[in-house]
Amino acid sequence: MTDATRLRAEHLTKSFAGRRVLDDVSLSVAKGEVKGIIGPSGAGKSTLIRCLNGLEPLDTGRVWLGADELTARKADIDALRARIGFVFQDFNLFTHLRVADNLMLGLRRVRKMDAVEAERCARAELDRVGLADKWQAWPAELSGGQAQRVSIARALAMAPEVMLFDEPTSALDPQSVGSVLRVMRELVAGGMTMIIVSHEMAFIEAVADDVVFMADGAIVEEGPAGQLFNTPHAAATRAFIDGIAAAHRGEATTP
Amino acid sequence: MSQWLAFAGSHLPTLLAGTGYTLTIWAVAMIAGFVAGWVLAVARVYGGSISRRLAVGYIELIRGTPLLVQMFIVYLGLPQIGIVFAPLTAAIVAIGINTAAYQAEYFRAGIRAVRPGQIAAARALGLSRGQAIRHVVLPQGFRIALPQWANEVVIELKYTSVAYAISVPELMGRAKEIGAASFRYFAIFCVVAVIYLVLVTVVTLVLDQVERRYGLRH
Repeated sequence: MTDATRLRAEHLTKSFAGRRVLDDVSLSVAKGEVKGIIGPSGAGKSTLIRCLNGLEPLDTGRVWLGADELTARKADIDALRARIGFVFQDFNLFTHLRVADNLMLGLRRVRKMDAVEAERCARAELDRVGLADKWQAWPAELSGGQAQRVSIARALAMAPEVMLFDEPTSALDPQSVGSVLRVMRELVAGGMTMIIVSHEMAFIEAVADDVVFMADGAIVEEGPAGQLFNTPHAAATRAFIDGIAAAHRGEATTP
Repeated sequence: MSQWLAFAGSHLPTLLAGTGYTLTIWAVAMIAGFVAGWVLAVARVYGGSISRRLAVGYIELIRGTPLLVQMFIVYLGLPQIGIVFAPLTAAIVAIGINTAAYQAEYFRAGIRAVRPGQIAAARALGLSRGQAIRHVVLPQGFRIALPQWANEVVIELKYTSVAYAISVPELMGRAKEIGAASFRYFAIFCVVAVIYLVLVTVVTLVLDQVERRYGLRH
């Protein structure tokens, strides 16, 4: 491990009801690196990313955030999670709180900021995702794209060392996808360390430094984005990427 | 008709004094039951095996026995082991014990209906399990439980009438006295029914506003 490694996972395994959903998965992301995770549904991508911040318990394997081990028996998992931003596929904004309080809950209760400081911090993040006018809105009043940008702002407000995205645009209508990807592009430009599970191949190819292709709970292939998309080594990777491309051209091939 | 109104009017001060007792029993018992109900619901959903079993045992015991039996045990039974309550206190204790069990069940259903993603989002921000329960699960669970809880609040308002059986001078008790003295049972209980109806209507309207303000937003 180099000093620049932000998040590192080694030999993760996990089974659900006798089925291996993670089979000896290892990966790491360096400071400022953007890692894309692609693969067919059921490949274990979401399980993997949820294991990286301990939302999902592991059977075996170890995870480190910087020099601190999340999987250590005495780990202060709450404090470590506060240093990792997580964006869910279906946003999971707190339905009983206005946008303002969604952003401030973690700042007040975890970061222990006073009300003035929390508000300043939350307003800045909401402004960053272009939704300053939604401060007093209820989550139910937002479009999908707006809700996802608020959830990104909520994660960013905690000043995370790494951001994890679990299919952030999969629950969105096509018009909303662009607004969310634009915000993510700005994060990439700002040097944020990110791990992104996504089916947006063009986006991943454009922003990721490194891409992991997963199938059946294991990493099939990992490499620089340009290489993995254009000259993949594994036949399974090629079949998946060709299938997606075909689907985009409107052919009746399912990846 | 005018005869009825005159009859009702002459007894109105007595009936209103009784209504004061009715509302006192109801309000104090509901607040106590609200607090105890949350403790029981959280114990039942999140507690260890011992506190979970204690909560289930309490809830099933109370829901499985009549309110009148519970009230007689509190008022007539407990003095035999040295615990003596005045009638009003006994009524509040008995109805509080009773409603706590029902409120606990409504709150439990609300807690269970909170979407798991809400808890995951709270934990992902770094909130501890206890903080996630307190700041996310309980407020959302209450909103989900609100319609059933409002129903319980109204039902208990009428159940306070059972307190007449341990000689609390609440609305029902006063009516029975007036009836016995005047033999005009039909008239007096019709008047009492109207008073309960007015109380329930007012409470229902207030709870509707609460639901409109705090109910689920989808």
